[in-house]
Amino acid sequence: MKTIKILIYAFGNPGRMDDGLGCAFVNALKKWVVQQNLAGYEFDCNYQLNIEDAYSISQKDLVIFVDASMEDIESFVLTKVDESSDISFTSHEASPGYIYYLCMELFNKTPVTYLLHLKGYKWLFQERLSQKAKTNLENALDFMKKELMTKENLISDFQNTILN
Amino acid sequence: MSKKITIDPVTRVEGHGKVTIYLDEDNNVKESRLHIVEFRGFERFIQGRPYWEAPVLVQRLCGICPVSHHLAAAKAIDVIVGAGTGDGLTPTADKMRRLMHYGQIFQSHVLHFFHLASPDLLFGLDAVPEIRNIIGIAKENKHLAVMGIMMRKYGQEIIKATSGKKIHGTGAIPGGINKHLTITERDSFLNGKEGQNIDQMIAWSIEALDFLKEYHKNNKSFIDTFASFPSNHLSIVRDDGAMDLYHGKIRAVDTNGKVVINGIDYQNYTDIIVEGVKKWTYMKFPYLKDLGKEKGWYRVGPLARMNTCDFIPSELAQKEFEVFKHYTKGKPNNSTMHYHWARLIEVLHAAEMMKELLNDPDILTGELVIKGKKQYEGVGVIEAPRGTLFHHYKIDNNDQITMANLIVSTTNNNDPMNMAVNAAAKEMMNGQAQITEPMMNAVEVAIRAYDPCLSCATHALGQMPLELTLKDINNNIIDKKRT
Repeated sequence: MKTIKILIYAFGNPGRMDDGLGCAFVNALKKWVVQQNLAGYEFDCNYQLNIEDAYSISQKDLVIFVDASMEDIESFVLTKVDESSDISFTSHEASPGYIYYLCMELFNKTPVTYLLHLKGYKWLFQERLSQKAKTNLENALDFMKKELMTKENLISDFQNTILN
Repeated sequence: MSKKITIDPVTRVEGHGKVTIYLDEDNNVKESRLHIVEFRGFERFIQGRPYWEAPVLVQRLCGICPVSHHLAAAKAIDVIVGAGTGDGLTPTADKMRRLMHYGQIFQSHVLHFFHLASPDLLFGLDAVPEIRNIIGIAKENKHLAVMGIMMRKYGQEIIKATSGKKIHGTGAIPGGINKHLTITERDSFLNGKEGQNIDQMIAWSIEALDFLKEYHKNNKSFIDTFASFPSNHLSIVRDDGAMDLYHGKIRAVDTNGKVVINGIDYQNYTDIIVEGVKKWTYMKFPYLKDLGKEKGWYRVGPLARMNTCDFIPSELAQKEFEVFKHYTKGKPNNSTMHYHWARLIEVLHAAEMMKELLNDPDILTGELVIKGKKQYEGVGVIEAPRGTLFHHYKIDNNDQITMANLIVSTTNNNDPMNMAVNAAAKEMMNGQAQITEPMMNAVEVAIRAYDPCLSCATHALGQMPLELTLKDINNNIIDKKRT
């Protein structure tokens, strides 16, 4: 059976407190993947998404972007990214939808792509997470570990806009 | 009655800014100003931190050019740990840092050209905003867009391999570097598949240059004259006059090519450069002390570097440099839009330098760090993608930073950017009382040629909105647009 190629890609600045939620998520999930001896995973973190990420995701079957969120959400939300997503971009900020769109246009690939929004609260110039953000991180990790154990469902359920 | 126009935000520049254009009674442009409204915080925040944290902390100024700040700070801290002034490191440390730096130059210039500038060249100033972006490029010229992405990816991977990681890289440390390149990494960069190898990068760099030269041939008047004006030019150059983007001494030439500053050790930059201030912006206005505030302002960055150096020490880029110099008959090139041409020559140079360094065995083995007698003050200067970048630190007996002064490339280009905005505004807006889309884009094109990073320039921690406003002589807003 072909191994599903998965990219878990966080973006944000760990030097701005809860903006580092994505990277903290990736670091924790990476440890779990190693412990579980799971194959097909690749992890990455960066300050922001940029154009070359379109090539990176074109090489994958399943992509999960992870970002800290200031949105009015409870703890975390997983949403799909596709051709209908926001494709906003500046040189300092490119949306996952923009990266997906570039991937589709330039590399003719449409990997199943999600964005995990992790609710953050504090954005000061410090390298630590707030207590509430840590709770959200743990909740999101528990959720995603379960989802990734049945990752085929993540792919088949792609039509659902909001999973949680 | 005179009037004022404001552009806010200026798009496709690194960060955000605001432009105000003042019109006279006949709607002719009287004055233009590029404003930055954020405060300069970083130099203050870093005070009290241990000096060895500086190369890692200062990267957080910007997500686009963290490597430049990382290396400039590291060079300053080298002085503090007694490791000399940029040329005293071990061969391995020097070459690994250079490889990191050329990776940064390569990816940053590529991002700017393909992502920010090429839409203006492919679609023109009056194209609708919806297509003036890389998605428009993807539809119009897919190969160009893919090339840009793959070149940027290569530069980013070089940075990751030399600095250790993409975020908060720790490669450069006081007195050296903390790792070698592995043989696997080296071989991957030299012979990687799917176009991710150095020979392909050199070939694509030449292709990008050919694209620009062809565009120039067909749009001579626009490229040669748009937003152009005479100026001084400044950069560091090697002792023999060669372009050296990592280390050298300060040289400045005037608009006629006369060398007005030469061979100045950047530890003494305060002897020759003064940072002027103006009431309407937090960005400073550096100028050469000897020439004074009115005549001493200068340009930095790719165009300035072509004007200050005598030659480029890599074969293919040197050939392109000769063509570039021949175009102005050896005189300094003062065409704002020629920044793009110069930038692409530097892309080729960076690719050639990466190849040379990747083939150098010193990057695989050798001593990583040296230290000497501790000093209490150090200055680090580097030619960042956008131009000369100064980092200056003082420490106390507790090893804590007591003073930090940063003059970033965009600040060095502050006066020229204001001049360019004014020139573009005069060209496009004289006699007009309302802002049109092509007018707004023309002003932005002039700013974009400098590839400014407004986040860096203000050392801000947050986002900076930017707008275009038109004002009359009584300071009344008569039109205002955000892009």
